[in-house]
Amino acid sequence: MTGPKILFYLLSIASVVFSLLSVLDRRILRAAIYLLFVLVAIAGLYYMMNFQFLAAVQLILYAGGIVVLIIFSILLTSQIDSKLDLPKLSHLLLGVVVAIGGIALSVFTFSQFTFQPSTAPALVVNMHTIGRQLLDTQEQGYALPFEVISILLLAALVGTIFIARKSRT
Amino acid sequence: MNLQSEIPLHYMILLSTLVFFIGLFGVLIRRNLITMLMGIELMLNAVNINFVAFNHYLYPNRLEGHFFALIVMAIAAAEAAVAIALIINIYRKFATVSVDDVNEMKY
Repeated sequence: MTGPKILFYLLSIASVVFSLLSVLDRRILRAAIYLLFVLVAIAGLYYMMNFQFLAAVQLILYAGGIVVLIIFSILLTSQIDSKLDLPKLSHLLLGVVVAIGGIALSVFTFSQFTFQPSTAPALVVNMHTIGRQLLDTQEQGYALPFEVISILLLAALVGTIFIARKSRT
Repeated sequence: MNLQSEIPLHYMILLSTLVFFIGLFGVLIRRNLITMLMGIELMLNAVNINFVAFNHYLYPNRLEGHFFALIVMAIAAAEAAVAIALIINIYRKFATVSVDDVNEMKY
């Protein structure tokens, strides 16, 4: 066992176990905290794959932003010591069947597939390349999605304020 | 760190499959809007693992998966913000966030 292997197993086991806990725990605030652990473990995986920028964005945006939003809304909408209802047996059965069946189907499909890695020389991923490609309009440039996402964020901002304001009547 | 020699790509896909279907399971068994939103976040994260892993293992000469994951994250943030605005509005009207009790439309 080498270092990266141990780290990979630790992070993947942590993310699977904590996502199970986050789905199964009936105390909703704990579920949100388990979700935070999953997100941090996945950020560690990105870091292992040399995408440091993506790992940082994952930590800031998910762990710092979305989980805090979710915790706010939990505190605003539910009693903190109340437990979620037990799921109905039919829902539980449906969920188990869909999840197990989906996992079996996906594993069956991708285990037979051999992937062909590209032989082109690897790109050094640093902030310079990321910034250049994000604002480039040439080939391998992502200026258009970058601008579209800014419009989407503006629309989400306006829409959120409009939805959440108190109606005057 | 170069993972290709240490960990096969199939392990990464297996991990993301597990996380994705756990998220789907959570969406299916819970009736609370906030827990359903958390399941959706799990599923989006699983998809992101796949994009990043394919980028790292199969096309190390490009950054396509990296940027796709970045954009998925931005959309997830926008989606969470809008969803929470909706949930708080629903809570004001119905005093509950359970999808079974929210069964009235405006007209």
